[in-house]
Amino acid sequence: MGKDLWALVVSFFKIGIMTFGGGYAMLPMLQRELVENKKWVTEEEILNYFAIGQCTPGVIAVNTATFVGYKIRKIPGAIFATVGVVLPSVIIITVIAAILSNFAHIPVVQHAFAGIRIAVSALIVASVIKLIKTNVKNLPQIIIAVAAFILVAVLGQNPVFAVIGAAVAGLCLGKWGERKK
Amino acid sequence: MTYLLIFWEFFKTGLFAVGGGLATLPFLTQMSQTHPDWFTTEMLTDMIAVSESTPGPIGVNMATYVGFTVAGVPGAIIATCSLVLPSLIIITIIAGMLEKYTNNKYVQWVFSGLRPAVTGLIAAAGYSVIKLSIMVPDAVFNWKAPWAIFDWKCVLIFAVFVVLTQLKWTKKLHPIIFIAAAAVLGIVLGL
Repeated sequence: MGKDLWALVVSFFKIGIMTFGGGYAMLPMLQRELVENKKWVTEEEILNYFAIGQCTPGVIAVNTATFVGYKIRKIPGAIFATVGVVLPSVIIITVIAAILSNFAHIPVVQHAFAGIRIAVSALIVASVIKLIKTNVKNLPQIIIAVAAFILVAVLGQNPVFAVIGAAVAGLCLGKWGERKK
Repeated sequence: MTYLLIFWEFFKTGLFAVGGGLATLPFLTQMSQTHPDWFTTEMLTDMIAVSESTPGPIGVNMATYVGFTVAGVPGAIIATCSLVLPSLIIITIIAGMLEKYTNNKYVQWVFSGLRPAVTGLIAAAGYSVIKLSIMVPDAVFNWKAPWAIFDWKCVLIFAVFVVLTQLKWTKKLHPIIFIAAAAVLGIVLGL
């Protein structure tokens, strides 16, 4: 097994074990491990992967792992990164399911998790601030970002609509920008 | 035979649950109805709670949990593998195409629209977690005391953590340090 395949498994194992809540809660870990430490992908690429992961089937965390793995080492990379990201779940959940039937009802677990949720919220805020600095700079981008937020957070619509709408908006803006030149 | 059934049910879930995480939930509810001997809908509530309070993607956690409940460790492994298999196939194909067309101007235009949108979507996800973590559960908004819907201890901790992630000295700290500190605070303060 190649050294980089092993590195993929280790990195995604770390990301999997430190993600509480799944999906976008994984973003702070991805930024730290893949963008800043390993420099395997850029922040823009992670956002591209999230956009595709949002409208393709499957768990977003897994989709992102597969994407990054493929970029580093094609198909073997995709498989090893995916194994890495699911391995902590398989181990931890199996142990909990085997010995504790009422794990989630233990008061200490509930208190700890109430705290963890706060930290996850703050970490997502920090990630969003970082993303805004790099990806939301001009007026059309601000409008798209705010519209996506309102559509999902306020109106409670399916995120897939936001993704499709933004893709169309991106195409129109590109065409328009080209014609202006 | 059970193993094959588990494979089939979770492969379907992985193939059709779009949007990740809790999108698998309707499929699991249906599974508990088609296979009443596997698990009950009440057990599902417990499984969600455990999946949300342990590390790892929620969808994967749920698959492992259900698989283990139905057929022990082999069941857990089969359920998880079959859940991720459709992703692995579909994303590998898309990643291959993306690599080929990455310099295509139309592809670049599409992504230039998608990136701010995803930023907005992540903010929306953050907003729902924030609501969950700093508001009093089941509180009703009251015009005479609009502040009563907030749990002020949690609001304060949240504010401190946000500031810490922005300060020059503390922002380089590993995210897991914030999470561990918050877990301890939660236990000590009985949040």
